[in-house]
Amino acid sequence: MDLSAAREAAAFLLPWEFSPAAFLLCVGAVALYLAGLSRLPRAERPHGARTLAFLLGWGLVYFVMQTRYDYLSQHMFFVHRIQHLVLHHMGPFLVALSAPLPVLARGLPAGFAERYLRPLWRHPVTRAAYRVLQNAIVAPALFVGLIFFWLEPPVHFEAMLSAPRYALMNWSMLLDGVLFWAMLFDPRTREQGAPVGLGLRVWVALLCIPPQIWIGAHIALADRDLFDVYAICGRVWDFTAREDQGIGGVIIWIPAAMMHVAAALILIGRWMRADRDRASPPKCAAA
Amino acid sequence: MRRSLILGTALALAACGSHDAGWHAKDVSGLLPDLEFRMTAAGGGAVSAADYRGKVVLLFFGYTNCPDVCPTTLAKLAAARAAMREHRDAVQVLFVTVDPARDTLARLAQYVAAFGPGMTGLRGDDKALEALVRRYRVAYSRDKPDAHGEYAVSHSGGVFVFDATGRARLLVRPEDAAPEIAADLERLAAGG
Repeated sequence: MDLSAAREAAAFLLPWEFSPAAFLLCVGAVALYLAGLSRLPRAERPHGARTLAFLLGWGLVYFVMQTRYDYLSQHMFFVHRIQHLVLHHMGPFLVALSAPLPVLARGLPAGFAERYLRPLWRHPVTRAAYRVLQNAIVAPALFVGLIFFWLEPPVHFEAMLSAPRYALMNWSMLLDGVLFWAMLFDPRTREQGAPVGLGLRVWVALLCIPPQIWIGAHIALADRDLFDVYAICGRVWDFTAREDQGIGGVIIWIPAAMMHVAAALILIGRWMRADRDRASPPKCAAA
Repeated sequence: MRRSLILGTALALAACGSHDAGWHAKDVSGLLPDLEFRMTAAGGGAVSAADYRGKVVLLFFGYTNCPDVCPTTLAKLAAARAAMREHRDAVQVLFVTVDPARDTLARLAQYVAAFGPGMTGLRGDDKALEALVRRYRVAYSRDKPDAHGEYAVSHSGGVFVFDATGRARLLVRPEDAAPEIAADLERLAAGG
């Protein structure tokens, strides 16, 4: 690779609009995790695949928020849809699947969790918010509702034009993604304190599919420009509005819906295992 | 709780943003930052946004070799300005070139003059241009040059309209017609 290509690649990795919050969140989460991992005895360390899922999840989130990729997302509809696929689905999906809480807790200074996090976690306001949001009705409604809300053409127009609103859109997708997939992949069973049982979680995962297929197909097959902000502010590549929308719609329609199918399959697997374990309790209750 | 707060805030913001109190063009009050730039005016030396305070400013990005969007848009803006009964002189069109390599100041001056009065071509160095397109979330990209060294530049089609105090107020879309633009400008110039 010659020097100018290397310089160009390096420039691509610099943030387009630096966000201290996004930087701290991604880098902080990874640093905390690695610190926790190094303190855990070898036998207690999670499987390598889990560590990989955690790092990949935050790596993807960082990439779509804090590199030149963000610039492309602001000026191409389908790139923006991939950005939201990462923020709302893939990134949080991988992070939640890695069940990182025990490792993260070990990364904190001794006594920090007991002194500060536990009271916060047990505070009545936190408990009430948790009950309101993390259940089988509100969580999927909010998950699908946010997708529809930000794709409402006038709302989308203004989010793409106004920097603060754009940030609000992306943060709302990321935070909702974390809450949703954390609820779905909660390593605890209902008996152990998870807010929603495994069977119901399968249902929640599948329930989110039809509305996403509907809105994805609606956008992909629309015969007019639904999101004219890209024409008004300029596209990075020479795509027509319908080409851009066609690809963007298909991204919601297929890969986004597929993530829910994958989640349902993982959950059904866990459900069956939990059932078997209940029938014949394992001799060694590890994990 | 945090999630419903965010959603609530988003809904509230969307509600107050979509008030189009009778404007023809898209009302963008509060969505975009105030006008700010430092560039060179074709035939006028160094200028900044402060030089245009007191005027209704129409900011448009393009280049003189542009085959379609720029000439039609500039002709439309000229027609809108000509259709104004009062306040015509309070309207200033700023045409910012996204192709400073080919658009010299002389060429820019000649180009905008062809469309009519009240138009100024602006040219900035890479840094000044970069700052302005970033500020208004506008994209442009140069295609690969052909055998003759000619190339097209794809760019934004919207016109950003600022009031006399430099606040971003309207966004004229490609489908907005000259009489509608004229009505909006008249109202804006009258302090609306």
